[in-house]
Parts: sequence; C-alpha cells; structure tokens
Amino acid sequence: MLGPNVVNTVYLIAAVLFILDLTWMAHPKTAVRGNVAGAVGMGLAILATLLSQKQDWSYIIIGVVIGTIIGGIAGLRVKMTSMPEMVGLFNGFGGGASILVAGAALVAAFSALHSGAAMSMQARIATVASGIIGSVTFFGSYVAFGKLAEFLAVTRKLRPWQRAVKYGVSLLVAAGGLWYGFVSGAGAWAIVVMVSAVAIAGLLLMRSDHFPGMNAVKLLSAIASVLLGVLLVMQPENLLLYWALVGVAGILGVILTISIGGADMPVVIALLNSYSGLAAAATGFVINNTVLIIAGSLVGASGIILTNIMCKAMNRSLLNVLFGTIGPTGHTPDADEVYKTVKAASAEEIAMILDGVQRVLIVPGYGMAVAQAQHAVRELAAYLESMGINVEFGIHPVAGRMPGHMNVLLAEANVSYDKLKEMDEVNAAMEQVDVAIVLGANDVVNPVARTDPSSAIAGMPIINVDKARTVVVIKRSLGPGFAGIPNPLFAAANTLMFFGDGKKALVDLMVALKEL
Amino acid sequence: MTNIVMLITVFVLAIFVGFEVITKVPPTLHTPLMSGSNAISGITIIGALAFAGAVGEAPLAKILATVAVAFATINVVGGFLVTHRMLKMFKRR
Repeated sequence: MLGPNVVNTVYLIAAVLFILDLTWMAHPKTAVRGNVAGAVGMGLAILATLLSQKQDWSYIIIGVVIGTIIGGIAGLRVKMTSMPEMVGLFNGFGGGASILVAGAALVAAFSALHSGAAMSMQARIATVASGIIGSVTFFGSYVAFGKLAEFLAVTRKLRPWQRAVKYGVSLLVAAGGLWYGFVSGAGAWAIVVMVSAVAIAGLLLMRSDHFPGMNAVKLLSAIASVLLGVLLVMQPENLLLYWALVGVAGILGVILTISIGGADMPVVIALLNSYSGLAAAATGFVINNTVLIIAGSLVGASGIILTNIMCKAMNRSLLNVLFGTIGPTGHTPDADEVYKTVKAASAEEIAMILDGVQRVLIVPGYGMAVAQAQHAVRELAAYLESMGINVEFGIHPVAGRMPGHMNVLLAEANVSYDKLKEMDEVNAAMEQVDVAIVLGANDVVNPVARTDPSSAIAGMPIINVDKARTVVVIKRSLGPGFAGIPNPLFAAANTLMFFGDGKKALVDLMVALKEL
Repeated sequence: MTNIVMLITVFVLAIFVGFEVITKVPPTLHTPLMSGSNAISGITIIGALAFAGAVGEAPLAKILATVAVAFATINVVGGFLVTHRMLKMFKRR
C-alpha cells in the first residue's frame, strides 16, 4: 500500500499532466500529445488511489467494467455529426458522479466505520454544493441531449428508440423517487423527494419547451434548493434531506435547459461543461482531495470561457440566454416583401461564375451537418483548387450546435486546418472574395444584424458575405434560421440562390464544373 | 494555514491557470477541448473508488459509489477516446 505522501505526489503529477493537456490543446500539432498526457495523468491518479487502501475489489470491478464498456463503445463509435449530443450527455455523467460521491460521503460519515467523527462544516457545505451543481448538471445535460437528439420538447412523431428513451427515463425517475419516498416512511422530506421526482418525470414528457409560470417555477426551485441546502448543513445526518435537495435541484436543471432554443444550444453545452467541472471541484472539497479541485476548476474555467465566447458571438448576455426568450424586439419584416427580388440559379450558371475567379470563401452552417455535406464540400474545394482558385472556409463561432462543431466535421472530411479561418480574419479580406458560397448557414450571415437595430439579432457579429462580389447560397428553401427572421442577403443584387439539399447541390455543381 | 484555506487557495489558483491556458486554445479545437475537459472532469472517479473499495464501509455508500465509478469511467474512457479520434483528424495538407 502506498502512503499518503506518495499518493499525493502522484496526484500532483496528474494535475500537472492535466494542465499540460490543456496547454498543448493550443495547437492542432501538439493537441494529440496533450490528450495522451491527460489520459496518462488520469491513469496514474486512478492507480495511486487503488493502491492507497486495502480494497474490496468486487464493487470497483463492477463499476469499472460497466463504465468501460459504455464509454468505450460511445467513444469509438459515435459519429462526428453527433458530437454535440455526446458531449451534451457526457457532461451529465460528470454531474451524476458528483451527486453520488457526495451522497456516499454523507452515508459514510455516519456509518459504523466512522462513528463518532463529526462531519466538518467544510464537508457539509461542499456536499450541498455537489448535490445542487451535480443535479442541475445531470438533469440539465439529459435535457440538452434530448433536445439535440430531438426527442424532448418536440411535438412530432418519435422514432422507436426515441420513444423508449423518453418514456423509459421518465418512468425510471418517477418510480425511483416514489419508491425511495415510500421506503423512507412518510414525512415532509419523503414527500419532497416524491413530488420532485414526479415533477421531473412530467417535465421530461412535455411536448413543448414552455409552460405558463415557467420562470416562477425556475426561481422557486432555485430558492428551495438553497433553503434545503441550509437545512442539510444544519442536519447532515438526514440523508433523505440530501435526496430532496437533489430532486429539487433536478427540477431547476430541467427547466433551465428545456426552455433554451436551438440557436442557444452551444451556450448551454458550454455552460453545462463548466458546471460538470465545478461539481467535481465541489466534490473535492467534500473528500479533501486537491486533484479533484484542480481538475474540476480547470474544466470549470474552460466551460466558462467557451460560454463567454458563445455569448459574445451572439451579442447576448448569459442572463438573457438563461432567462430571456429569443424573439424579435422590433417588427419582423414580412418574408414575402423581403424575398421579392430573389434570383435562383442552376448548377450550370454557378459553375460558369466560378470559372476564372481567384478567391472563393465557403461559409458552412448547421445545414451542412444535417445534409452530411462535409465530404462533398471538401471535394468541391479540392476541385476548385485544381482550377487554380484560392479556397478558404469562414467559420462563425456559433455555426453548428456546439463550439467548433464545423471545424471537426471539416477536419473529418480531410480539410486542412489552416484553410479554416475565423470570422474576423475572413471579414477583413471580404472585399477580395470573388464568390462566397453559403452552405446551410442563415442567421450568422444575415446583414440585418449590422443594419437594423430593432432586429432580433441586432448587433450580433456576422460573417459579412454580402460584401463579397458574388454570393451563392445553397439552401433547401427560403425558410428562416433559428432566429425566425427573413434574411435580405438572399434577395441582394449580388446573391444567387441555389435551392436543393446541400450534398446533392454540391454534387450537381461538381458535375457542372467538370463539364465546363 | 488551515486545511480549508489551503484547499480554497488551490481552487482559486487552478481557476487562474485554467483561464490562462484555455484562452490560448484556438476556436478550431473547441469541440475537442470540450470532450477532453469532459474526460478530465471524470476525475471524480478518484472519490468514487475510495468509497466503493473501502473495506467494511456501509453497503449503501458502496452501492452509490459503484454507480459513481461507472458514471465517471464512462466520462474518462469515452472522453479521452473520442477526443483522440477527433484530434487525429486535424491535419495540415
């Protein structure tokens, strides 16, 4: 068995490796090494923990085997287009682990093994924090996953697996809460556990993302979580109170996330990422463990930075995302009026325009992911380059459904990362762009953000494709983006609309180019 | 320095290190940053293992901790694997 000094030294090495992991993420060339460093750090920390006490291996093995199978399959199999769903769901496992470890610590503190030792004030407060943050993260992440996988808060018909997950999880939460409340005997806290479990289950079955009085319930559950937390600090031996706290915080987590619109999904995933780190840090305070605190705060900081970047990229405050609803602040112009002068073009016409130009900028959006068009667009880019054209990609920070979503898809399709340019960089050189191809993006290229201060997206930084000489918009229809407003870019004098499914449109365009 | 003050010191300093380091990550790597930090937040496994394996601990504590071990392992294994897959695709050609 390793002594505490050895174990803590290994923890320090692990913490340094985590910091190196994130430091090496600063460049694609060193990032692979960084990730390996992080994994080695985690392995060392786990090994040191296992060797630090006499172990009862049976429980550990069960947990590790189940986790490895699920995590391994998910990690190896998940498609790159599904990364938002995976990260959304995985944030929740971090939160769930924090709830359970703090719960186990509470049980252990009053078990026969430690009888007599009073629980410190620090551990009590940290347990409350783990319970609240962990539960908000756990339930919030499940909702984020459900919204991204399009089975929560939707009215349309669900596929069989979606129905199974949706109703299965609701049933599990309700049944679990009711069962635990009953076996714990009647009493105020048992009732709180049962009511909150049923409330969570009900909220998860909603077919809409709003209900009257939602903000009031949000506020009430936040206040109730804090009050229960204070009570738990005063009487930590009351385990039922802890689960009541987790239940009420769970209601808060569900409501906080369910009302958030599709456009704000990147903010929410980044925020839940941050919470999962903070929950781990709080658990570190429960069990007096510095490596949990360090790793948790690194993740917490990372999530906060990303949240901030996403908010800035939409010109919205975090409070506005969490409590406000997106919607036009002024008048929304009539779509028919805006789209009076739309010009549609065929693949042949666009191929002729592309022939002989020097610079092409491709601006992808979520539509590219939906159409799975990343490989087709790479082929188009490669062909244009073979014609002597300089091709670059302009990526808006909130394009797609999570930070960096477009970059991963294009990297998967073998697009060189130095071709992927940030918004500010492409905007600075927009006047030199001959043809800007917008692929499945809408709000992030809508010039009203610059021109109309009463618009729902007023002030949001956009990619100024309207300043390119010619704009080609590949889109299925003139339907609005997440913001629900028409886009005058589509009717601009220098814009040609190329209607069709993203992938098929690109293939048609390739054929037309080859026939030139 | 009391224990709690020392832990808070570590917490605050680590947040500052986090801010310094992560502001340097380019937007192109933000998705792998999230999945990688997700894996790191699986560090809760350390706490979970300590309770799940403790000889003579209350069964309820061990059961809760075992589920926590499973959750955190999903994060660690899935997170590092998927991040590795993603990062290997970022190449310069």
